Amino acid sequence: MGRDLEKYLRPEVKSTPFCPGCGHGILMNLILRAIDALELHMDEMLFVSGIGCAAWIPSPNFNADTLHTLHGRAVAFATGAKMFNPKLKTMVISGDGDLASIGGNHLIHAARRNIDLTVICANNMIYGMTGGQVASTSPVGAITSTTTEGNIYRPFDLCKLVLGAGAPYVARYSVTQPVSLIEAIKKSLTTEGFTFVEVLSTCPTQFGRRNRYDSPADMLTMLKESCISKQEAEQLTPEELQGKVITGEFSDGGA
Amino acid sequence: MTRRKIDSTLSPGFYYFSGNEAVAEGAIAAGCRYYAGYPITPSSETMERISIRFKDVDGVFIQMEDEIASICSVIGAVWAGAKAMTVTSGPGFSLMQEGIGYAALTETPLVIVDIQRAGPGTGQATRVASGDLMQAKWGSHGDYQTIALSPWSVQEMYDQTIDAFNLAEKYRVPVFLMGEEAIGHLRERMEVKPTVDIFDRAKKPGAPPFGTNQDDGIPPMPAFGEGERLLVTGSTHNEFGIRKTDDPEVHANLVTRINNKILKHRESIIKTEPYYLDDAEIIVVAYGFTARSSLFAVDRLRKEGKKVGLLRLKTIWPFADGIIHQIGRVAKKLFVPEMNRGQVRGEIMKYVACEVIPYNQTNGDIIHPHEIMKQVRSLL
Ligand SMILES: Cc1ncc(C[n+]2csc(CCOP(=O)(O)OP(=O)(O)O)c2C)c(N)n1
Ligand code: SF4
Ligand SMILES: [Mg+2]
Repeated sequence: MGRDLEKYLRPEVKSTPFCPGCGHGILMNLILRAIDALELHMDEMLFVSGIGCAAWIPSPNFNADTLHTLHGRAVAFATGAKMFNPKLKTMVISGDGDLASIGGNHLIHAARRNIDLTVICANNMIYGMTGGQVASTSPVGAITSTTTEGNIYRPFDLCKLVLGAGAPYVARYSVTQPVSLIEAIKKSLTTEGFTFVEVLSTCPTQFGRRNRYDSPADMLTMLKESCISKQEAEQLTPEELQGKVITGEFSDGGA
Repeated sequence: MTRRKIDSTLSPGFYYFSGNEAVAEGAIAAGCRYYAGYPITPSSETMERISIRFKDVDGVFIQMEDEIASICSVIGAVWAGAKAMTVTSGPGFSLMQEGIGYAALTETPLVIVDIQRAGPGTGQATRVASGDLMQAKWGSHGDYQTIALSPWSVQEMYDQTIDAFNLAEKYRVPVFLMGEEAIGHLRERMEVKPTVDIFDRAKKPGAPPFGTNQDDGIPPMPAFGEGERLLVTGSTHNEFGIRKTDDPEVHANLVTRINNKILKHRESIIKTEPYYLDDAEIIVVAYGFTARSSLFAVDRLRKEGKKVGLLRLKTIWPFADGIIHQIGRVAKKLFVPEMNRGQVRGEIMKYVACEVIPYNQTNGDIIHPHEIMKQVRSLL
């Protein structure tokens, strides 16, 4: 992370909590770049996270009000804080297991209510913190510590889920698309109402090692190759779309 | 504590409220301005009344998607500066337990009202019980202390709701009002006084929010948006909120402090009411609705010249160990009628050597005075 962003970090925090090569570190950087570009003041911000590696992105790193909550419940905590004090610019940052599995109900209800929250879901397609168990976002065939012969269930399309619940801004990008991702985070912060950015991240420690990505770089290459834009997707047949992840804005907040 | 004119649009005087309505009014009088809940019998009347009355006082009401979301959003609102509450019954209270432990560890003041119904499971949703008392003490994992109150009238549903907010703020702890269906749905005359005593959240800008050198063990509590750059976490943390998940000393100190800040103050938290104790040979120990039946029974027995007394527990947790120990030394027998299988009797037996006779009724009905009279007579 560039030294220019250190002003957003708590001075007492000296090291990253993440494994070497973890995609969450890239995401942490990109969130701060978006905040920097918008010139938001950390005194106005509230960061809420659940439990998991991704939930450590803001807590304790970000030098702002931070609320590190229970597994799955970040959106519910954030709803209370935001409803009581609407002046708090509230961003939820948490993992796929946290926001989409155990916390899935809170996610869709906050979207339905259009609570003015920005939700960043760091989707590494696995439960990283607890040792690499299958998630509701793991691809079919993924080898995990609880699917040693490959995951048999299809993953959630989180953007469709949140879109279906009525969120005004919904986008998906990967940590390998930093420029688009910063723009999406900026837009999610400036669009009123419930905004959702799904960020494809990497977990080399738990996902990579079991699925034959021998280095963190291999995992990033995999993401680069599987992520395609909406426009590219339109040119492909259903067979060609197999294994691809469509990225872009799925609802642009009416902008 | 400061004495204030009641900041609600209800004029002082007498009202004919149900217990559940009285809880809503007590909360408003105490300064509660955030409420999140999920419908459940026999408690929903409070939420319905709050949804209307909060419009008069600029409160924030939200019906959440479940009780887990309710307690979590209440905690979020409290850290944003609110006095906040949720109201539920058994199944919802069960769902809230993880959040209650979070509130205990993060020292988040809030009020939960449990209008107890006959369990376990879905049980009898419209029928009375007091089976959640141990859950109020031990419901979440780990070691912590809470405060639990036991009202016996509509007036007390109002007064103890106010007390619950003041205790929560004073000790930075979740406080439970352990109502029962029979009081929630009872309708009787109660008084709204012109003023109310309010304990305001202690603030001290810059001071550590999760530790103190003061003997009372209660740190001041800032809110989000005050420029304190707060770090709130349900993991073990030092006095500034920094996670310390493998430091044995930090964990030991934190857990000891959050327990001791309640236990050390139990003399001022615990409230009981004595009736005819001085020469009583048999003392009935009762709480909640059963204390009402018990007083009726004891009054009658006294008129018959029987040496019977009553100790009413207004506080269930922390437990009234001191006075229970005392009456255990003077009475021949204690008689403990309960709408559960003996949850408070078991606690009493830790502190007395005399005989403690249980009367346990779990049929979804209140314990009637004539039953108490019959049982006590058989002991004389
Ligand atoms: C109620 C509850 N159940 C289970 C856990 C254990 N747990 C901690 S983190 C986690 C998974 C986190 O996965 P995710 O949200 O995807 O974050 P990641 O670590 O992958 O970034 C689980 C199951 C918990 N803390 N609380
Ligand atoms: S376990 Fe995975 S998600 Fe967690 S820090 Fe390590 S690489 Fe990142
Ligand atoms: Mg994950």
